[in-house]
Amino acid sequence: MTFLGMPAHAPRGVGHLRGDESFPAAARTALANPQLRRNLQHATTTIRGKSGRVIAELPDWEELRSAGSALKAYTMANLPRLLEQLEEKVTAAGGVVHWAADANEANRIVTDLIKETGEQRVIKIKSMATQEIALNEALEAAGITPVETDLAELIVQLGHDKPSHILVPAIHRNRSEIREIFLREMPGVDPALTDDPPELAGAARRYLRETFLSTRVAVSGANFGIADTGTLAVVESEGNGRMCLTLPDTLITVMGIEKVVPSWQDLEVFLQLLPRASTGERMNPYTSMWTGVTPGDGPQNFHLVLLDNGRTAVLADEVGRQALHCIRCSACLNVCPVYERTGGHAYGSVYPGPIGAILSPQLTGIEDNASLPYASSLCGACFDACPVKIDIPSILVHLRNQAPHPRTEKAAMAAAAYTMDRPKLYERAQRAAKLSKLLGKRGRGLPPPLNGWAASRDLPAPPPESFRDWWRGR
Amino acid sequence: MRIALFATCLADTMFPAAAKATVQLLERLGHEVVFPLEQTCCGQMHVNTGYQDQALPLVRRYVRTFEACDVVVAPSGSCVGSIRHQHAMVARQAGEVGLASRAEAVAGRTYELSELLVDVLEVEDVGAYYPHRVTYHPTCHSLRVLRVGDKPLRLLRQVRGLDLVELPAAEQCCGFGGTFAVKNADTSTAMLADKMRHVLDTGADVCTAGDASCLMHIGGGLARLRTGVRTVHLAEILASTEAS
Amino acid sequence: MSSKELILGRIRQALGSSTASPGVPRDYRRGAAPVDLDLLVERLADYKAVVHRVPDVPDTIRTIIGAGRLVVPPGLPADWLPPEVPVTRDDQLSAAEISAADGVVTAAAVAVVETGTIVLDASPDQGRRILSLLPDLHICVLRPEQVVASVPEAVARLTPGRPLTWISGPSATSDIELNRVEGVHGPRNLHIVLWESA
Repeated sequence: MTFLGMPAHAPRGVGHLRGDESFPAAARTALANPQLRRNLQHATTTIRGKSGRVIAELPDWEELRSAGSALKAYTMANLPRLLEQLEEKVTAAGGVVHWAADANEANRIVTDLIKETGEQRVIKIKSMATQEIALNEALEAAGITPVETDLAELIVQLGHDKPSHILVPAIHRNRSEIREIFLREMPGVDPALTDDPPELAGAARRYLRETFLSTRVAVSGANFGIADTGTLAVVESEGNGRMCLTLPDTLITVMGIEKVVPSWQDLEVFLQLLPRASTGERMNPYTSMWTGVTPGDGPQNFHLVLLDNGRTAVLADEVGRQALHCIRCSACLNVCPVYERTGGHAYGSVYPGPIGAILSPQLTGIEDNASLPYASSLCGACFDACPVKIDIPSILVHLRNQAPHPRTEKAAMAAAAYTMDRPKLYERAQRAAKLSKLLGKRGRGLPPPLNGWAASRDLPAPPPESFRDWWRGR
Repeated sequence: MRIALFATCLADTMFPAAAKATVQLLERLGHEVVFPLEQTCCGQMHVNTGYQDQALPLVRRYVRTFEACDVVVAPSGSCVGSIRHQHAMVARQAGEVGLASRAEAVAGRTYELSELLVDVLEVEDVGAYYPHRVTYHPTCHSLRVLRVGDKPLRLLRQVRGLDLVELPAAEQCCGFGGTFAVKNADTSTAMLADKMRHVLDTGADVCTAGDASCLMHIGGGLARLRTGVRTVHLAEILASTEAS
Repeated sequence: MSSKELILGRIRQALGSSTASPGVPRDYRRGAAPVDLDLLVERLADYKAVVHRVPDVPDTIRTIIGAGRLVVPPGLPADWLPPEVPVTRDDQLSAAEISAADGVVTAAAVAVVETGTIVLDASPDQGRRILSLLPDLHICVLRPEQVVASVPEAVARLTPGRPLTWISGPSATSDIELNRVEGVHGPRNLHIVLWESA
């Protein structure tokens, strides 16, 4: 029984926050695909180099990170006031603000708003929030066609695929695979299309141009919503965002409640952090900012949908709430040795990689994503890369402490702790470490799950005497 | 200086050579080493696997054992990282405020070997001799939790006879990660494969690091492939002399 | 209970008594710094904008547009335009009419050296956002006094209520193997005319 007003998790049965199988099982499939490994390694190596170079250009990167981190903490502490201020300013500028407690309500609000326009097709800017709530599926069920306009989203949509990266949802596809998808699925495509990236981009330009000009409703996410001005900002590269934010009559923006930013001035921090951490550019090609409705310029109907869908449950955890500081740059994915090898699909959620491993389980409740906090070697590269200094390794450890544990593991851990707290017993265990006999040659006789380790590694032979025996004997 | 050794349960049980070398090295440098026998394990495996409550007695034990010592050294970046960044947190989460502040105090006097040598004892040339081609893997917790930086490399550069070769993509995790290697064995193996490839690319005979755990992982892989490349703890290299 | 009340109630519940509101350290570079126009040119060119540092605007525009047709915002100074080039001034032109132009000429509100960025704020000399979006060529005339060194200075100069478009190079994507490729939906050609008095 949940009480009204208690923070709630994202509901089951809707949205893309839960995978069909555990991380280790899904990872096994991905690891068996050498093409995927090569694509990911190439892409993440490229972006790490680019990002490192432009970050090194800024003498005050660390000060910017500290400011960004503090701004996010300030935002969380003042969330009710800031959201009400945002609503007030957007409304004053001619926009309409809606509040959605979960994915179902958000999908219903957006669907109804589109139905009111009488339109049956909408153009979409890549948005994590609308992927999270599975808005496209909800729209299709209502007879509305959503057209993804971001190149990578288009590749995913045309390929009947799933996104695998926050920034570049088709990162798992290389140029020749993209060419094949376009040739197979893109109506009117030039059959002589090559896999030259500018040519592929050109094909998307031609394909979407008419759709941009003839569609009267757009759906977007938002990178920032400025409380003290009511300004929304979308950061992008291709100009599909500008098209969606400028050409239609009606614009519907779905924004997680944690995306609010206290003041206009704070953009000076985030607009420096985000592009350098995400695409490794000094600045992304296009950033659009709008405040409500501008007569004679752009959409004349603007709706902002503020989405909870589990965010308040994340906020309720004093350690875990840092996950809400994320600005969706995906730097943690690009530096993660686990992500680089498994890709994004293994995480089962639209939020993959290290940030996904701490965000998804908190949004859904840990039972529904119990394996994700363990999908990390705790190497710490994500913490160093995060532009707002989210301490991802510490939150992973914190969530592991909440995760349901297998019974055999529980027993083994309890036994180990018991032994370790009793030096006499510990020494006896050391001497009884006739492990080699118990384990079989090279550890292959270990019981599961330990045999997984020994499948590719030799266990060392136990030494003739422990250190403490040597110490005593000297 | 009187220095207390925290051997770590892994080195104590499986890799005593690393702990012995630490003793021999520090004694050669003119220091007194003590080894309190009440010590066992820092509890990192429990904390990192999600069993904080079970780590609590181990935190208490560590604090009690080493509280009276001026300086503690451990031949492990990972264990020192846990002591410094997790012990007080475990105590605090269990509501033990007093233990938390004591844990913080002891952690402030606990050093990983290269930190102790370079920062506390202010020595880089430890008088070692090790005539081998060596590559250094900076383990994640040394690098990103303790921030030991290039201290181990500065120590290795002063070792007579040692041919130090740079490890490509050195800062990438080897895939051990404690129980990660068990729970996500396939991913761990894929990470290890790349690490081993980089080690082999250097042409080194020896791969060294400041953590017995990562070395066990890398060494286990190299042994399975019969590469002939050995893994040797940093302490063992620094303890080696022409006499040994 | 409305969803608004529900969500705000949940947030208050989640925050509990942890009402401490942390301060924000702003130790990064913020003040006015000297403007290095050479660096601006370098940064613009790095993202594939074509830069013209000239004393004469109409001549430069003639060279860029050749025999093409231009569309311009209502408040663009007439003396920027070469007399012989066909020009349509925007007066609620349709999307099709704007698309049909070979290029658009606008002014800018501010430019940032460090990032190679120009910002348009829909003033009369910059026009509606659609104007600088649909033509495949965007010529932006920039005066040195509009240039600032850093992002914080640009944010301080801009007026938040206006529709703003920050532009750094022509339309591009990093979606194919994370390499930047120029030329997707926005103008594929961006020319910056940096108008320096002779």
